[in-house]
Amino acid sequence: MNTPIEKNKNPRRDFLKILGLAVGAAGTVGGASLLNSCTNETGEPGEKVKLLTQDGKLVEVDAKSMTLASDVENEELLTEYQKRGREGIPGKKWVMVIDLARCQNARKCMAACNSAHELRPEMHHINVLEMQNSEDTAPYYMPKPCYHCDNPPCTKVCPVNATFKRKDGIVLIDNERCIGCRFCIAACPYSARMFNWFAPDLTEEQKQRTYDIELNVPQKKGTITKCLFSADRLRVGKLPYCVSACPNGVYYFGDKNEDSVTNGTSGETVRFSDLIRDNAGYTMHEEFGTKPQVFYLPAKDRRVPFEQAKKQTENNENA
Amino acid sequence: MAEIAVQEASEKKNLTAIFDDLISPLKRNPFANKLWIRFLILICVAGLFAYGYQLMTGLGATAMRDYSSWGLYISNFVFLIAVSLVGSLVSAILKLSGQTWATPLTRFSEIIAVAAVSFAGLSIIVDMGRPDRVLNILLHGRFSSPIVWDIIVVNTYLAISLILLYLPLIPDIAILRDRYTEAPKWQRKLYKTLSLGWTGHDEQYKLLHKAIRMMMIIIMPVAFAIHTVTSWLFGVNNRTGWDSTIFGPYFVAGAFMVGAAAVIVLMYILRRTQKLDNYITLFHFDKMGKLLVLTSLVYLYFNINEYLVPGYKMKSLDTGHLLELFSGDESPLFYGVQIFGMIIPIILLIFKPMRAPLPLFFISIAVVIGAWLKRYLIVIPTLLNPTFPIQNVPENFHHYFPTAVELTITAGLTAGTLLVITLFLRIFPIVPMWEVAHEEGYENIEKKATEK
Ligand code: SF4
Repeated sequence: MNTPIEKNKNPRRDFLKILGLAVGAAGTVGGASLLNSCTNETGEPGEKVKLLTQDGKLVEVDAKSMTLASDVENEELLTEYQKRGREGIPGKKWVMVIDLARCQNARKCMAACNSAHELRPEMHHINVLEMQNSEDTAPYYMPKPCYHCDNPPCTKVCPVNATFKRKDGIVLIDNERCIGCRFCIAACPYSARMFNWFAPDLTEEQKQRTYDIELNVPQKKGTITKCLFSADRLRVGKLPYCVSACPNGVYYFGDKNEDSVTNGTSGETVRFSDLIRDNAGYTMHEEFGTKPQVFYLPAKDRRVPFEQAKKQTENNENA
Repeated sequence: MAEIAVQEASEKKNLTAIFDDLISPLKRNPFANKLWIRFLILICVAGLFAYGYQLMTGLGATAMRDYSSWGLYISNFVFLIAVSLVGSLVSAILKLSGQTWATPLTRFSEIIAVAAVSFAGLSIIVDMGRPDRVLNILLHGRFSSPIVWDIIVVNTYLAISLILLYLPLIPDIAILRDRYTEAPKWQRKLYKTLSLGWTGHDEQYKLLHKAIRMMMIIIMPVAFAIHTVTSWLFGVNNRTGWDSTIFGPYFVAGAFMVGAAAVIVLMYILRRTQKLDNYITLFHFDKMGKLLVLTSLVYLYFNINEYLVPGYKMKSLDTGHLLELFSGDESPLFYGVQIFGMIIPIILLIFKPMRAPLPLFFISIAVVIGAWLKRYLIVIPTLLNPTFPIQNVPENFHHYFPTAVELTITAGLTAGTLLVITLFLRIFPIVPMWEVAHEEGYENIEKKATEK
């Protein structure tokens, strides 16, 4: 008795999917050809664009030669980016450890992140906060990326599956699909998400690139953005932008399945479980039940007293 | 007391008089009414322009930013959903529980519901960053999201409300078709089509009563669902002030309160402008006043639970938010809403003279404004008190006060709601004529009408 009902359901869903693909494809192809027609005039020689070859390698191609590529190829590239972006990197389970004892508020992580993701200056995928747990306890700096929770409240509330959790643990955003309802901002108790309230400051050139879901670039007006654990860098075997940019050895990044994390400054690789156990590692607000995958090591033995560091930041900002 | 007794004792109304009384407002089109409609259209157009500007600039044209990521539009959405609940309160709950006095109020409660729920839907569209992608909800809809649930119940509610508005309208449209022959041609055509060939046959009435009754029963769970699900848009989030298990009933209670107040406001205006003193009587005001006290008391009870209990505990994550309401920036608004929008109305309405039309009208306006601000207080202070401190962002990220663009768009949505109600009143009688006639004891009203 059940089968006919189910049979009825599936074709409809398939139909919707096909309809969606058709509408989406028509839109993108139309958009791409429009953009291409502009590029013919404005494409400056020497501009490089990253491309994925058929055997999965990233190559840099002159932007001008891009205009020769047909619309179909652009469309294929987008489909490929979207497909691998949704699947994730097989066999991995990414994890980050932040050693609060070492953070001196250098903010190199924030700068590296902002330039990689082409964010406006007030947007922070990673934000270094000045924290003090209570009046009598010592203040400290706390870099706060997205925690890539294993039970993410943001993905549950998204009405269109534009933000989703991949098998390798990364919570990504599809700004080709996001409708900009901002429910996910309300749902995230860690304020990890931000919105493109205005059109991003991009050059024509930047706008024309094929959207890479793993870098969330180009940013789009009216959609969400947030920390992506630099999924694009992980795909080519590199550490995230913030992790490699830190001069003070604050960040460890690695694979929980292998139980190993690598320090972005020293390059030293250690066992994740040992690091957490020996240093009393913890996650933020476990009581929310979100199961964050970013771990903190306590802010002991800080190298710089807070007040002094604070002055340093002020000087940096004034300079 | 004496006045009401006089009203009650007034002799049986003449059938032709009933029809004349209720149809004549459709024939009149006083200057004030024309002016009012132009005024509403003007505001709607201004709202459209503001929306065009917002589409071009992005949602940055509003005062919303990454922390106060929802603002006026969402509060307005919750408010309109709340108001829309009155349709089911008056036309289903009161009628099913045998409160026949509510009959003259059913139709405009229903039109309030239809207008409010439609513009609630528009408020959401206006709030979207990418309204061009609204179809994504159909293409990629994900059932785990309360937004999807909300879209389903809101549309169901709108559909049932439309049916519940239309069904009891059919005999009246037939009366209009037969008796209001001097109407403009398009209007006569409209009546003819919409009356579905109604003749007033017993069998037709039997069917109609059955259908209305069924719809009244169906709408009740949907009415509860629509506001409960709307409250879950907040309640499912781990945020101070929203992290509450009683958000569903709390919102439903608030909705019944503001809905009752909205009906009273409209009752008063219609009685004055359409000369309906014989149909919307002092007795109705008295009854609705009592209903408003009752619903306000229930809402007060929920408010005590919502604020006093967390206030007693003062959990560290809640302190920032609660202190802001109790003694911080938002405290004037918080106390203002509680005192002028709830406590004083309750105290005043206990006294009978206050349930006379004019005082009741003003008290209801206070309740409606208080309820609107209350939605604002539920949405914004919570967002501005996140788990971690707000740092390294421009000054305007720390506050929220709607911009002119936002205010204009919201005014446009409000004007649109009122415009729908006003235009409806131009075409259809606001008090169900046939039901009044039947309650006065007249049978076969259609035949009599044609005999004339
Ligand atoms: S803003 Fe975008 S990503 Fe966030 S819940 Fe809405 S559709 Fe999903």
